[in-house]
Amino acid sequence: LSAVVDAGPKVPAAPKTIDRYRTFTAFVSCAAPAALIVIVLTLLQQALPAISHYGAAFLVRTAWNPVTLDFGALPYIYGTVLTSAIAIAIALPVGLAVSLFLAEQGAQGVRGAMGTGVELLAAIPSVVFGIWALYVLAPFSLEHLETPITERLGFIGFLSGAPRQTSIFTASLVLAIMILPTLSAVSRDVIRAVPRGLRESSVALGATWWETTWRVLLPAARAGIFGATVLALGRALGETIAVTMVIGNRDEIPPSIFSPGYTLASKIANEFSEATGNLYPSALIELGLVLILVTLTVNLIALLLVRSTQARMAA
Amino acid sequence: MNRNVWRRFKNNAALSIVYAFTGLALVPLGLVLWYTIIKGLPAVSHPEFFFNVERPVGIPGSGISHAIVGTAMMVGMASLVAIPVGVVSGVYLAEYGHARWATWVRLASDVLVGAPSIALGLFAYAILVVPFHHYSAISASAALSILMLPVVIRTTESAVGLIPRGLRESGLALGLPRWRVSLQLIVPAAAPGVITGALLAVARAAGETAPLLFTAFGNPLWSLDPTHAMSALPLIVFRDALTPYKELQDQAWGAALVLVTMVLVINLASRWVLRRQIRLAGQL
Repeated sequence: LSAVVDAGPKVPAAPKTIDRYRTFTAFVSCAAPAALIVIVLTLLQQALPAISHYGAAFLVRTAWNPVTLDFGALPYIYGTVLTSAIAIAIALPVGLAVSLFLAEQGAQGVRGAMGTGVELLAAIPSVVFGIWALYVLAPFSLEHLETPITERLGFIGFLSGAPRQTSIFTASLVLAIMILPTLSAVSRDVIRAVPRGLRESSVALGATWWETTWRVLLPAARAGIFGATVLALGRALGETIAVTMVIGNRDEIPPSIFSPGYTLASKIANEFSEATGNLYPSALIELGLVLILVTLTVNLIALLLVRSTQARMAA
Repeated sequence: MNRNVWRRFKNNAALSIVYAFTGLALVPLGLVLWYTIIKGLPAVSHPEFFFNVERPVGIPGSGISHAIVGTAMMVGMASLVAIPVGVVSGVYLAEYGHARWATWVRLASDVLVGAPSIALGLFAYAILVVPFHHYSAISASAALSILMLPVVIRTTESAVGLIPRGLRESGLALGLPRWRVSLQLIVPAAAPGVITGALLAVARAAGETAPLLFTAFGNPLWSLDPTHAMSALPLIVFRDALTPYKELQDQAWGAALVLVTMVLVINLASRWVLRRQIRLAGQL
């Protein structure tokens, strides 16, 4: 049958015109992908001395001694993952509440003002959060959060020990504040993308606002909210300055979340400009390489999740 | 009946929690702004703070003029590269968004937004500090421009996307070539949105510390030479806040206040421009 259909008179192909405008803009737009690739390759090349010298053991060793050139990344990976995880645990309920509030209909004046407030929170520079956390949040957290918790729940291993102002916990608190805007803005967009019909059907069946939200909206937006959380996780992993100022900077795997620790980014921030020789800076760059690869992967996963949810909703 | 009372109670409880958490989310914003103003005012209230350069501890009359100029210069140089490249890329995404290459550009810029800024600093160090053997403002600008690029790209794309199809179709129907439709009709109509993106990117770059640590490095002296170390507001805040000297801590708070004011003013201005854009696009 297809042979019959194809056997029509041959239409001459339209003369090919070169769209120079398209070629030019497409060429310029190579900048972003090129930057991404060049950055990763440059860091890889700079980290090569350390990679070839320490091998994969670098990632699981705990030493950090510039004098004997003995380096391992484990405490920093641990600190990065732990602070980000605690930050997500704190920010998720609040961010979800904010996104539910912002996604609702009605009283747009109040919601608009709230939305602006949350977005301004995202605009405040990291270093300003840092100085505020160091002088205001850290003393507050020590007195009103860390000390009472260790006194009452100190028998649990990771909540034990003598609390300090600059600790994993304080760093996580700042991170939670800093990722809140990302978390709530992306979740709000995902929740808004849930088709109106779904919500209306639920309300028409007599469900309360909470029943609609809990049984209809949130399940429908689940993958997207997960994506928003992962996106926020990516931000938390890469955050440098505010964390550097309040984490305490100690090269060990801390026994308790109230002890000082270290993250990949803050290790680089503190030591890179003083690193001399060949292997020492290279080891720090390898930390940076680990950081950027993890962050980019996390981001990619998050983006795909958010996009697939939005595409499914639109369909 | 009893069940409905329970359902209503549960609904009200959930609503109150949502409202309470939303209020809670704004507490840090208020506290950060409040403390920055209260603690920054003593330093900022001396006019020489804006006209002098840093002085050693114990000598009065220290200022941050060199850091304000440094931030302006480095962000300015970064903008010169990032804004044109970002706008053209954004226009490409909006005009030829269905091309396969556009998908990759979009993905790359979305991923680039999340790249840790300290890694960009390491990158700039490797390509622009190591070969020339000294820290330079230009290397910091390179790092900042990569940071700004994806923001400009995506906001330009969405601003151009806001322009109704009718405008483009009328241009094409008049026989204008695609590039003239794009450059003479679409981009001017989308200009306020594009400016918003540029402003947001500038605000983001001005507040970044991590990429400057080992590129611009900081400089206590007045310097306008882009090939040498230069000071910046975030660097002053970061370094002085961690010192044990009260004067330097005050100076850090003062610099933080200047920085926050700058960033928030730029942000609010961009919002105002964007609102005009949306109204304008509605009229087209």
